[in-house]
Amino acid sequence: MTLRKYLVILSVVVFGPIGDAFLARGMKQTGAIDVSHLTHVFAAVANPWIILGIASLLASMASYMTALSFADLTYVLPATALGYVNMVFIAHLWLGEHISVIRWGGIALIVMGVGWVARGPLRTGNHLVDVSASAEQQESR
Amino acid sequence: MRLAYTWVCILVTVVAAAGGDVLIALAMRRIGDLGELGARLGIFAVVVRIFSSGAFLSGISLMAIAFFSNLIGLSWADLSLMGPATASLTFLANALGGKLFLGEDVDRRRWLATIFVCAGVLLIARS
Repeated sequence: MTLRKYLVILSVVVFGPIGDAFLARGMKQTGAIDVSHLTHVFAAVANPWIILGIASLLASMASYMTALSFADLTYVLPATALGYVNMVFIAHLWLGEHISVIRWGGIALIVMGVGWVARGPLRTGNHLVDVSASAEQQESR
Repeated sequence: MRLAYTWVCILVTVVAAAGGDVLIALAMRRIGDLGELGARLGIFAVVVRIFSSGAFLSGISLMAIAFFSNLIGLSWADLSLMGPATASLTFLANALGGKLFLGEDVDRRRWLATIFVCAGVLLIARS
């Protein structure tokens, strides 16, 4: 795997958790949404934290789509699970939160899962690639 | 009752997110490596190609449903419940979707990776 591909997957892992944290903060400011007024969720989009969250999640989404263009879904998803590990480390190092033994165990499981999938092939199921190749040939004609 | 609504939101989020992921993965697979295409055709042509893909637009629509369902859920429950519950269940749904709809070779290594990541996310959330 090239450095570019590593960086693409790293971007998903960095921007995703940051976006989620911004969204959570924004929704706490907005307050609970009543079941009979579900459309009020659209008003939340004006909240600055929600806007920042959406921007960060868009960056993560663009990286995610780029990753999917060269790797399988069942490779990209476990590989980008390192975002959860990032979130716990940020909470520990910046916010001083305590990490219990069970939480360290969770981190270990995620790292093992990521390591497992990362040693496998990036791309399988080539019959669908053939579909794209034939579509591109038709376009170029 | 709010907990029941939260779990409905989690279920809608998981189904919509997994469906969206599978459709977007299908679109990206058909379009080809975005980095190489961008270098060859330019970014604008790549963006046009992405946004003219029916699979991509359907996937984004499902993602939008998942996004708003998640937002509504976050207004009722903590991120520490919504985040891990939706993420861990979406991992499993995506592994099934990748195998059934994308023809990916989800071998023992990938199932184990998916299960380990799911278990890890649940442990982080519940401790």
